[in-house]
Amino acid sequence: MSLPSRRRRALAAGALAVVLAGCSAGSGTSEPSSGDPAEAAPSTLAVGLAAEPASLDFTTTDGAAIPEALLYNVYETLVKLDSESGEVVPLLAEDYEVSDDGLTYTFTLHEDVTFSNGDEFTADDVKYSIERVQSEAWTVSLKEAMSIVGSVEVSSPTEVVVNLSEPSNDWLYRMTTRIGAMFSETGVDDLANTPVGTGPYVLDTFTRGDSLTLATRDDYWGEAPDVEEVTLRYFEDATAMNNALLSGGIDVIGTLQSPESLERFADDDRFEVLEGTTNGELVLSMNNARPPFDDVRVRQAVRHALDRQAILDTTYAGYGELIGSMVPPTDPWYEDLTDVAPYDPAQAQALLAEAGVSDLNVAFRIPNLPYAVTASQVVKSQLAEVGINAEIEVLEFPARWLDVVFQQNDYDMSLIAHVEPRDMTIFADPDYYFGYVDPEFQSTLEQAGTADSEQYVELMRQAARQLSEDAAADWLFVLPNLIVAEQDVQGLPVNRVSESFDLTGVTRA
Amino acid sequence: MLVQVLRRLAVFVLSLVAASVLVFAFMAVLPGDPAQIALGVSATPESVAATRAAFGTDRPLVVQYAGWVSGLPVGDFGSSYVSRTAIGPQILDRVQVTLWLVLCATALALVLALPLGVLAAARHRSASGAVVSGVSQLGIAVPSFLAGILLVTVFAVRLGVLPSGGWVPPAQNPGEFVRHLVLPVVALGVVQAAVLTRYVRSAVLDVLREDYVRTARAKGLGPLRALARHGFRNAAIPVVTVLALQVATLLIGAVVVERVFVIPGLGSLLLDGTANRDLLLVQGVVMVLVVAVLLVNLLVDLLYTVIDPRLRAG
Repeated sequence: MSLPSRRRRALAAGALAVVLAGCSAGSGTSEPSSGDPAEAAPSTLAVGLAAEPASLDFTTTDGAAIPEALLYNVYETLVKLDSESGEVVPLLAEDYEVSDDGLTYTFTLHEDVTFSNGDEFTADDVKYSIERVQSEAWTVSLKEAMSIVGSVEVSSPTEVVVNLSEPSNDWLYRMTTRIGAMFSETGVDDLANTPVGTGPYVLDTFTRGDSLTLATRDDYWGEAPDVEEVTLRYFEDATAMNNALLSGGIDVIGTLQSPESLERFADDDRFEVLEGTTNGELVLSMNNARPPFDDVRVRQAVRHALDRQAILDTTYAGYGELIGSMVPPTDPWYEDLTDVAPYDPAQAQALLAEAGVSDLNVAFRIPNLPYAVTASQVVKSQLAEVGINAEIEVLEFPARWLDVVFQQNDYDMSLIAHVEPRDMTIFADPDYYFGYVDPEFQSTLEQAGTADSEQYVELMRQAARQLSEDAAADWLFVLPNLIVAEQDVQGLPVNRVSESFDLTGVTRA
Repeated sequence: MLVQVLRRLAVFVLSLVAASVLVFAFMAVLPGDPAQIALGVSATPESVAATRAAFGTDRPLVVQYAGWVSGLPVGDFGSSYVSRTAIGPQILDRVQVTLWLVLCATALALVLALPLGVLAAARHRSASGAVVSGVSQLGIAVPSFLAGILLVTVFAVRLGVLPSGGWVPPAQNPGEFVRHLVLPVVALGVVQAAVLTRYVRSAVLDVLREDYVRTARAKGLGPLRALARHGFRNAAIPVVTVLALQVATLLIGAVVVERVFVIPGLGSLLLDGTANRDLLLVQGVVMVLVVAVLLVNLLVDLLYTVIDPRLRAG
């Protein structure tokens, strides 16, 4: 803070640097962070990530960490989501056509594509993979998105026709996620440990509790990635991950867990801080199914009582974006809805008076996740300003929170990031923990699902606006994606809008 | 002697059985449904029910317990709820890591504590004794995880001479193995050494006040000679007792230190398993820890009779 203490620190750091220079000059050991970049050795990269995959089989195990590591890197899909533009682009399919009635998708496949076990990838594998999602082999609930497929026809080794039972604006997008991953019939025996895909990387080693290493394969059909060996290191503890970057143990922090440590990296010219966006809407849920939040005025009062910019500043050091509904800025139907319920404590108090409630006590049950713990404190103090007493109860995540809030719906208010892509539809599920039941909203979404693409965007926009006006919840902001990387690492997936930590475009200068 | 050993063994086995019941019961009352957590937030009630049946968690608790405990003697811990892989091999992998930590930390603690403790006792009236005493008091006050964080900040982040964490198996690269082992072992071992030093000091002090040592001194032996000839065996009994307790503490300390240093040992397996409600896995790890602690106690009981011949009778 004061100048003298700063200077003292700088002096101390200088002294250490001298000591360090002396050490490395004498010992001659190779220093990983300060080695010269033009080495002939294979290029490697170590990325720090937060959650470790519980298994490597995303067909039977849920959790974002598995596709994060494997999708697009080891497994490929017919079409992928471009992390820059958020658009669906071809991958294994060279091209695709959609019939006018929206029912038939014809994919033309790349030739000479092989799986990492040597088998050729053909239209038969597409049929096999899609039908496998529909079979008992897949158990994760995401498979539901594939139930719309009526039949898959192989017309030639490089052409496959998918017939939907009804038109869908969502299906092709879902094909960019893990359920669109292409498997070989000869490669599914040991998915939990040995993934076999068509991607540029193969699994080299997986040391549980530590790291997962991917290595490039020689017979990849497309352009080989620049980095030949990538180690994904898993850190439960944010400080441990920061220390690993500072001490050269990793080159990249894939998603910064502790925004308060940003300053430390921003001031250090070895590193670059990259900000991107995510699909993670931080939802302040209000139990619509029971008093006091069964009254729309009370819910609106909460929304007017909150200064979301202040919450964002405290929780994510100002990174991130205010949204106002259940749509992240990268979705095609995004519109800025922050003006629907602006910060206005007087309006909040008026609404509460109109609803006839005073001295409101609400059970604010939050998961023990860092952002939730920080944000809830600010929410609590802002609500106190308008006379709402939010009693914070921190529940262990996932087990306790899932049980109490998500399953039993025993809460008044909660706070968690919903990170699934295009997930506004959860508000149409009457059994979901929000307790929001609105036939008009449900029918809007239903219409949107089968409308033509222009109407689709319009209807989705309408649905998002209705959610916001009904104050079905409050949307504090969309989580930022913060990457800290050594200066020479380029092409990292800055936006986390697909399920993958896409390594295929990463280069090291 | 033989009767005594057999009696000890019987107590050991009974303790194991009791522990298995306790561990199982504790997991059973833990809130959170493993099936729900494995399937995630978007699961349907039907799929949760199906998964519950697949896990066998819909069966009566007694049946579940019997199934679990009958596999233990042959190393069959069942299959993980989360990764669907056998638990036994996973535990075996992790045990090797934690064993290195605990053994090296214990060795370090002994190497530091024995000479320092004796020194502090023999010179308890002089300045050097007081310094050892004071420093060990400080060491006791610092928990291992804090020591770990401080060590990382200084040696990994500031000086860059040692890695901040991670693990390299000895067979893969012995040099890197040692480099990765240094900080966690110091974090664990030095704190234990501080505790042990105080016990060694007080045990030696007690012995120094005994009549037989005074007699030895009267015969003309110096304090250290008198100790070496007549005192060590007697002082060893309380020290070995404390050491056994400390191995248990170390195993628990390793859980925390493994997290700080990102080491894939039993501790991190235990924490991950708890967070994912991988109850079978947690049960397995806890049982292994219990067995380890009981084994150490058994060993110490037997060691007493080696150290002190008077305990062999009866």
